[in-house]
Amino acid sequence: MSKIQLRKIAHGRSGDKGDAANIGIIAFDDNGYKIIEKHLTAEKVKKHFEGICHGKVERYELRNIRALNFILHKTLGGGGTVSLKHDAQGKTLAAALLRMELELAD
Amino acid sequence: MKEKIRIASGQGFWGDLIDAPYHQVTKGEIDYLVMDYLAEVTMSILQKQKNRNPNLGYATDLIDLMKKILPITSKKGIKVITNGGGVNPVACADAIIEAAMGLDIKKLDVAVVLGDGIKDSLDDIIQKGCDLKNMETGEPIITVKDKLLSANVYFGAAPIVEALKKGADIVITGRTTDTGLTLAPMIYEFGWDMKDYDLMAAGTVAGHILECGAQSTGGNFLGDWESIENFAEIGFPIAEAYPNGEVIITKHENTGGKVSFDTIAEQLVYEIGDPKDYITPDCIADFTSIKLEEVGKDRVKVFNVKGKPETEFYKVSCSFHDGYSATGTLTYSWPQALTKAKKADRILRKRLEKLELQFDEIRSEFVGYNATHENLAPELDEDKINEIVLRFSVRAKDRNTVNRFGQEIAPLILTGPPSVTGFAGGRPKPKDVVAYWPALIPKKLVEPKVKILELK
Repeated sequence: MSKIQLRKIAHGRSGDKGDAANIGIIAFDDNGYKIIEKHLTAEKVKKHFEGICHGKVERYELRNIRALNFILHKTLGGGGTVSLKHDAQGKTLAAALLRMELELAD
Repeated sequence: MKEKIRIASGQGFWGDLIDAPYHQVTKGEIDYLVMDYLAEVTMSILQKQKNRNPNLGYATDLIDLMKKILPITSKKGIKVITNGGGVNPVACADAIIEAAMGLDIKKLDVAVVLGDGIKDSLDDIIQKGCDLKNMETGEPIITVKDKLLSANVYFGAAPIVEALKKGADIVITGRTTDTGLTLAPMIYEFGWDMKDYDLMAAGTVAGHILECGAQSTGGNFLGDWESIENFAEIGFPIAEAYPNGEVIITKHENTGGKVSFDTIAEQLVYEIGDPKDYITPDCIADFTSIKLEEVGKDRVKVFNVKGKPETEFYKVSCSFHDGYSATGTLTYSWPQALTKAKKADRILRKRLEKLELQFDEIRSEFVGYNATHENLAPELDEDKINEIVLRFSVRAKDRNTVNRFGQEIAPLILTGPPSVTGFAGGRPKPKDVVAYWPALIPKKLVEPKVKILELK
């Protein structure tokens, strides 16, 4: 098994959709996309954000731009101006996901 | 028919770089300037302003801006499209016309798009069988009707196209989709059939890329962000559109920033849901069909976009008053900055508990440690950290409760852990909490209206 941190192979952007956050992750190249397509599952993202994301996580593929889009429900403390969070719009969540270490089978 | 048109984004939100639109109309050739001023929270603020003064309720910054750019747009024939009309497009248009009278401008037709505000006709709409269910909770709007601050339908490109056909030089709308602002001039200039959904989707995708201003030209770019040159003079995006639906995203020469596959890809994934179903009043765009190709320095071709027919509904955005909140901060310095801040947090919570106040939520964050990534933040070596900011927030239905909390922050300076500062600007004041109510309304229940106002 080898490990790779997501930030080495991808970048991304995140934002808000009500109380849900969206995180788009984009691989730097085709090989990187193969890795995230296989290893960056909705389950792993949900586990990564344990205690932060209180709802389900949905994953969508945009192979055309080497990207995956995740919707994290119940994540922004109510969203909009209801939220007391410093990052009420989830702007820094893409960076938070890039912390993830992916375990790759050799 | 023109063989191409250049549509420039001048504003990603109300509060964006004030001079960006001026640079867009002066630093190179463009045909259209489009500006998005309306975030969801903006509508409720504007509604409050209009309630106090019937001549307000629009993006007032727009008037000074128009004074500055009208002599240029008028000379060059650049048309301006913006949703800065907020909840009062007519007052906005009147103010622009008044501003234009003081300038040397011979002809100026300003169109307004009306009819998106439905707050005053809610009873009628409910009676017609539409209960404006909350898309997230399923509750009917009647449950928050008394607390409602604003209710607006998102119109698409169609009324803007109508305004352009009527000869408008400037189009002022209320709540319109950001994407419609960019799609409309393509439909108008190229005579696109609004049933050609691939073309509708192509213009919609271009609109999505333009709607957040410089966020597609290197701003907030998480890729190789340090490679972005000259942030200080960042160029805002321009969509160079062709009749076949191909669009090249670029920016003016001699501006900062960058347009690349990566900067565009980041904006494409911004705030989207299911990428196959990007729903607007004009079409459903399939973001998984989009192809991007770098075709020159700071030039990315966007093509192959596929679309499907629009739905029978408009989205409605309502806002309602939902209690009060306040936030206070205190800064603790080395040594043991985090330990001190955490201790202060516990003291404050205990004091609030003793006051027996009813809060809906209490939240503390430690800026410098976990305010952004929460429990994903790695343990920190306190000896290496110089300071931590305790950010403490509360929310409650009752204003006095929130106000009482505000009196408990400053005392911590003399009654808690040492080396604390940063308390300036007085007690944190209760702020109105505005909550959102997203809903759908059948298109047949609302009708956009377009009016042309001429220079007097």
